[in-house]
Amino acid sequence: MEKKVILKTEGIGKYFYDPIEFKVLDNISFEAYKGEFLTLVGKSGSGKSTLLYILSTMDTDYEGRLIIDDEKITGQSLNNLAAIRNKNIGFVFQFHYLLPEFSCLKNIMIPALKLGKYSHAEVEQHAYEKLKMLGIEDQALKPASKLSGGQQQRVSIARALINSPKIIMCDEPTGNLDSKNSRIVFDIFQQVARDFGQTIIAVTHDNDFAAASDRTIELSDGKILNQ
Amino acid sequence: MAGVNTEIALTHILTRKRQTIVAALGVMIGIAIYICLNTLVIGTNRYSDNAIFKTTPHIRIYKEDEVSRPLTKDSIQKKSTVIVNPKISNISKNLINPVKLLDEIKSQPEVTSAAQMVTANLFYNNGKSQLNGSGWGINIAEANAMFDIQSTMVDGDLRTLLNTPNGIILGVGIADKLSLKRNDNLSVISSIGVIKLMKVVGFFKTSNLVTDKGKSYMNLAAAQQLLGQGPSYVTDIYVKIKDPDQAPKYAAELSKITGYTSEDWQTANELFVAGKKIRAIMFAVISWAILLVAAFGIYNIVNMTITQKMNDIAILKANGFSGMDVIKIFVTEAMIMGIIGTIMGFLLAALIVNLLSHIYIGADIGYFPIEFELSVSLTGVWVGLLVTFGAGFIPARKAAKVDPVAIFRK
Repeated sequence: MEKKVILKTEGIGKYFYDPIEFKVLDNISFEAYKGEFLTLVGKSGSGKSTLLYILSTMDTDYEGRLIIDDEKITGQSLNNLAAIRNKNIGFVFQFHYLLPEFSCLKNIMIPALKLGKYSHAEVEQHAYEKLKMLGIEDQALKPASKLSGGQQQRVSIARALINSPKIIMCDEPTGNLDSKNSRIVFDIFQQVARDFGQTIIAVTHDNDFAAASDRTIELSDGKILNQ
Repeated sequence: MAGVNTEIALTHILTRKRQTIVAALGVMIGIAIYICLNTLVIGTNRYSDNAIFKTTPHIRIYKEDEVSRPLTKDSIQKKSTVIVNPKISNISKNLINPVKLLDEIKSQPEVTSAAQMVTANLFYNNGKSQLNGSGWGINIAEANAMFDIQSTMVDGDLRTLLNTPNGIILGVGIADKLSLKRNDNLSVISSIGVIKLMKVVGFFKTSNLVTDKGKSYMNLAAAQQLLGQGPSYVTDIYVKIKDPDQAPKYAAELSKITGYTSEDWQTANELFVAGKKIRAIMFAVISWAILLVAAFGIYNIVNMTITQKMNDIAILKANGFSGMDVIKIFVTEAMIMGIIGTIMGFLLAALIVNLLSHIYIGADIGYFPIEFELSVSLTGVWVGLLVTFGAGFIPARKAAKVDPVAIFRK
């Protein structure tokens, strides 16, 4: 079966200007496929996080072209980019980044309510399903700040999944977790990629995590070393 | 269905009840003071306008004194020196055909009533003691309609004048000085030397001492006799119009129609009008200053919330919230505080105005001249909402510009 390209970069480059001009990414071109579990690795300062933020559409200051799901992203307005993120991209960060005043359930529901495709009751139903899938449905109504680190990370994964995005992007998703929780997170990602055909792009330091993924792109000094 | 932005705003508000209440209290006090001060200005202005209109007409039509002109022409003056001595010309101040004039004025759509008047400078004599003042010859019904003289009467009845041709109604100050009682006789001398014996039928008291010490009312005919004139002699026509503030405009119109000088009450009472303006400016400055302080309260709290919630804003943006969504969230928060504060301020103002209006000041004024003004209160509500919107929008715009990448990379 032909593999469908979901995300494509063409010669992406980026400069940092502070404190001195410095080329942090140089001519990055690669493709990510539907249902692929892709990891980006590299030493600190290799530019992998910078690349992830460009792929995420949040960073718009770069050269080259970014194409997601056959749509050219480069040069779109900030409002369009926000809508694209809402619909097509889910995020998981190293420091869980949940909204502390809201319950876990609400945290998961917020991107879906923003999307506005389903009614409030349906969204709540979907959020419960995700929590169940991740084995934390008993924590649904607790405030996000009352959960353990592993649980919080699972809630943020549920939030990333709620709109059934085509791509899930992760910045060190296991960086703050013990090996047991890392394992759980990895299994979830693998299941999502395999069962739902969603693409995972994860930046990681964790060699075991990278080794177990479908494909690894290694960056060094802003260039792709091998893929 | 309430939008997700509103839901987030409400959650933020509910998790910081104390700050919300403090900000709302600030707005409440600001709005209450704004409404109270403006209501006070309107109340006192209305009272002092009414006081003025008890003795001053909206528009006075009279014949202006003319200064005599030299009979020679300018061209002759160049060749020879001519000594001229201009004086006020000795022409009668009579308005010609006053009845027709009065009808014409009354037929104007803006005019609600008009009264003819003869004013005479008088000396009031009682034995050897003598007081000077002015007598107003009036048509009783017309004058009462205009100045509500009856309401200032402290003794006697204005209508007694109707069947007492030589009746006179005196200011209480004159009565005190000449120790006069009702039904006493009083000899009056006019500026041209006509002496007339008059019967005191009543006394009036205004809040103006000068008026009370010199003014008297009598029948039109009595004043005409004192000036040695016939029944068609009228010196002034007083006009009342629907909207006193428009007096200067209609004075000019009436002047054109009648051909005589028209003087609006604002021109006749420049000092009073200036005082009114100064009061209005002063209170406007004070009330806006207080509103601004309240607005800063809200600005401060929204600004602080945004600074504390940089991470949350970054997360929302990562999850697909646009800059406009972020603005909506924080403006909604400001507006919730503003609406609570404005409603409370409106109620507090209504309470204060109600309490003030029950304070008894004194005989002449009676109760504190203030009453609830709906239009001012609604303006206050609008201003309150507008100010809180601004106080929320300015920091919210800053939040909308938050770069999520910069936050996540920290």
